[in-house]
Amino acid sequence: MQTILAITLMNFRSIGNRIGTSMVIVVGIACVVGVLIGMLSMSKGFEKTLKGTGTDDRALLLSAGVLSELSSGIGPDTLPLVRSLPGIKRDAAGQPLASGEIMVITELKKGAGPRPASVNVALRGVEPAGLAMRPEVKLVEGRLFQSGLNELIAGRQATQQFEGVAVGNQLHFRGSTWTVVGIFDSAGDAHESELWTDANTARNAFGRTGASSMLVQLESAASLQTLKDAVTADPRFRLDVTTERAYFTSQTQNFTRQIGILTTVVAVLMAFGAVFGALNTMYSAVATRRVEIATLRAIGFGGLPVVVSVLAEAVVLAVAGGALGAAASYLLVNGMTVSTLGQNFTQVAFSFAVTPDLLVRGMTWSVAIGFIGGLFPAVRAARLPIVEALRAA
Amino acid sequence: MKFFGLVWAMLWRSRARTWLTLASLVTAFLLLGLIQAANSLFSGEQINLSAPILITQARVSFTSPLPMRLLPQVEAVPGVASVSHSQFFGGIYQDDPRNFFPQFAVNPERWVRTFPECVLPPDQEQAWRTTRTGAIIGPQLAQRFGWKVGDKVPLKSQIWPLKDGSRAWTFDIVGIFGSKVADSCARVGNMYLNYAYFDEARQFGNGGAGIIVVRIANPDDAEAVGRTIDAMFENSADETKTQTEKDFSLNFVRQLGNLKLILYSILGAVFFAILMLTGNTMLQAVQDRIPELAVLKTIGFTDAHVLGLVLSEALFLCVLGGLTGMLLSVATMSALANAPGIAFPPINANLQVWLFALGAMLLLSLAVGVWPALRAWRLSIVDALAGR
Repeated sequence: MQTILAITLMNFRSIGNRIGTSMVIVVGIACVVGVLIGMLSMSKGFEKTLKGTGTDDRALLLSAGVLSELSSGIGPDTLPLVRSLPGIKRDAAGQPLASGEIMVITELKKGAGPRPASVNVALRGVEPAGLAMRPEVKLVEGRLFQSGLNELIAGRQATQQFEGVAVGNQLHFRGSTWTVVGIFDSAGDAHESELWTDANTARNAFGRTGASSMLVQLESAASLQTLKDAVTADPRFRLDVTTERAYFTSQTQNFTRQIGILTTVVAVLMAFGAVFGALNTMYSAVATRRVEIATLRAIGFGGLPVVVSVLAEAVVLAVAGGALGAAASYLLVNGMTVSTLGQNFTQVAFSFAVTPDLLVRGMTWSVAIGFIGGLFPAVRAARLPIVEALRAA
Repeated sequence: MKFFGLVWAMLWRSRARTWLTLASLVTAFLLLGLIQAANSLFSGEQINLSAPILITQARVSFTSPLPMRLLPQVEAVPGVASVSHSQFFGGIYQDDPRNFFPQFAVNPERWVRTFPECVLPPDQEQAWRTTRTGAIIGPQLAQRFGWKVGDKVPLKSQIWPLKDGSRAWTFDIVGIFGSKVADSCARVGNMYLNYAYFDEARQFGNGGAGIIVVRIANPDDAEAVGRTIDAMFENSADETKTQTEKDFSLNFVRQLGNLKLILYSILGAVFFAILMLTGNTMLQAVQDRIPELAVLKTIGFTDAHVLGLVLSEALFLCVLGGLTGMLLSVATMSALANAPGIAFPPINANLQVWLFALGAMLLLSLAVGVWPALRAWRLSIVDALAGR
């Protein structure tokens, strides 16, 4: 054991002499790990935003079989029936905490420059209960919209991602002009990329009846089943009931899967390149140490210490590279906010999130690449014909 | 060229090193090929929408259907050759969102008139007009699911319920359209439904046209015609936004975010790594060969010759690895496009991608070759032979 340690340490002291070649491993692996973590942090951030939206004690009712609020619709005659369903909590005045909400897609500009992209932005009409039910929504600037006036409040991300969204500004949607009267914060969730107004105002302005979806406050966690049973029992309803959190969590699957596939393809290819680079480096490290290794073997050291010393060198360099890549991706992308098209066909802003599990994943990759890259050269080093190697010196 | 043999021999002096470096170069250029192709797809260079077509959508959003009564007004605009309308159906096949393909409810007669570059056999066109549940598909879609005329296709619409509230629609394939001349029809992955039946059967939204598809007589008039149409409906409840079909499609991609930045960042990392790796290989190659280079100089090779030899070696290495990688990427993409059941658009590495790759090979070989080549150039025979 001690001999293994001694020889490995001796080897490390000589890395300085092969610094140029060693950097190939470090930089190669840093690039792989940096790209891997950078891309995965994108889907992590997206997940974080959507899974942070909604709670388990609120339920969302959508038309049966639809995947998103956009495709859902609840008729005006059904709405009052839904409100009076069992399991829905009532406020102090005895009114059900239920908000029939309207989703309207509007277009805003994103990005400066001569040809900004036109992006879909959700305009959500909420009923007063919808605000009362969502304590996470806090007005941070301006005031709330007034019912009956074309006024809206904008999520904090919406003000940053899209052009012209600021308190006092006017926005034009379908022949009507809307004034932004306030900015709200909802703890960084998906609603922060939306514009909110009063549900009745939205119905009038966009000629809609009924609602896209209905959000209700549950009496308790067990009430979800009560509500589900009541909906199933009544043939007048063709609705799906889920908790709000489950709905938003389900919205991440597509994005996460697509980014996952893309990342795997790119990272596996890059890792192959890095393995070849590591092999190259370690073979040449072994070649440089030929005489040293042969001498060690000649004076009685076994093959194992030699194998370990080569492997250890590869892995240590790889870990250094991995750490460099992880640090670079953290510094470059962590917290960067972008927006993309969500399941609802509207923009959702999210921030890249470099999480500890991603860092661990990156380091695992780097160790694996270093190990594979060091293994074959290590075996060759152990099998070095001693006499020939010494004669060459 | 007479030194080809010499350069070749120098390149393979250290077999393992050259093979490993080549392997890294191949993966780097395979990635470059794939990423560049994806990039040209997202930047719209691959969008084969050259037909002079404008899309008029509701200004509030293209998801809001425009009313049918706008059609005659648009038809009357000078420069407009034909007008069609198109409502996105949003159907999902076999309950699996991965089976996504676009379907549009259109008026058959108007569709045929507006897209002359897509051809439908006359008997199939007749069948489409007369079959209420009839639908036509492009050859790419037919191949993807193995559909043929006479098949029934069940689709669950995410947007449109039937009158009874169910979302399960069934359509009969009555025709498969193709391109008039090679690749002239950009709609080969789509399905078109019979609007009359769709409008009658849907629960709400009846009478809505969707977006309006305008074919103009002269491509140069695109901007003027678009402005005229939008001006006509300004300040009405149905304000419009008209743009070319290409811009309309590009905007979809741009909604996804700044993909170009992501792709180029990956590419940057790949090339930084490959630069280090290949550069190191070339430095070692020259380092190992100092005595041989000195011998070459001794037997009459000039300094410039030696410099050229080392540079050519770097060029050989990069071009050999680069071309192999690019060919691999082309093979991968055609394999993906031909694989049955995969919704992968056929992307070809176009000329621009190849030029970019060739440029990258040249730059890379210069970057990694110059330093070792200068070293070989400066080599003094006496010192080198003495091992100093």
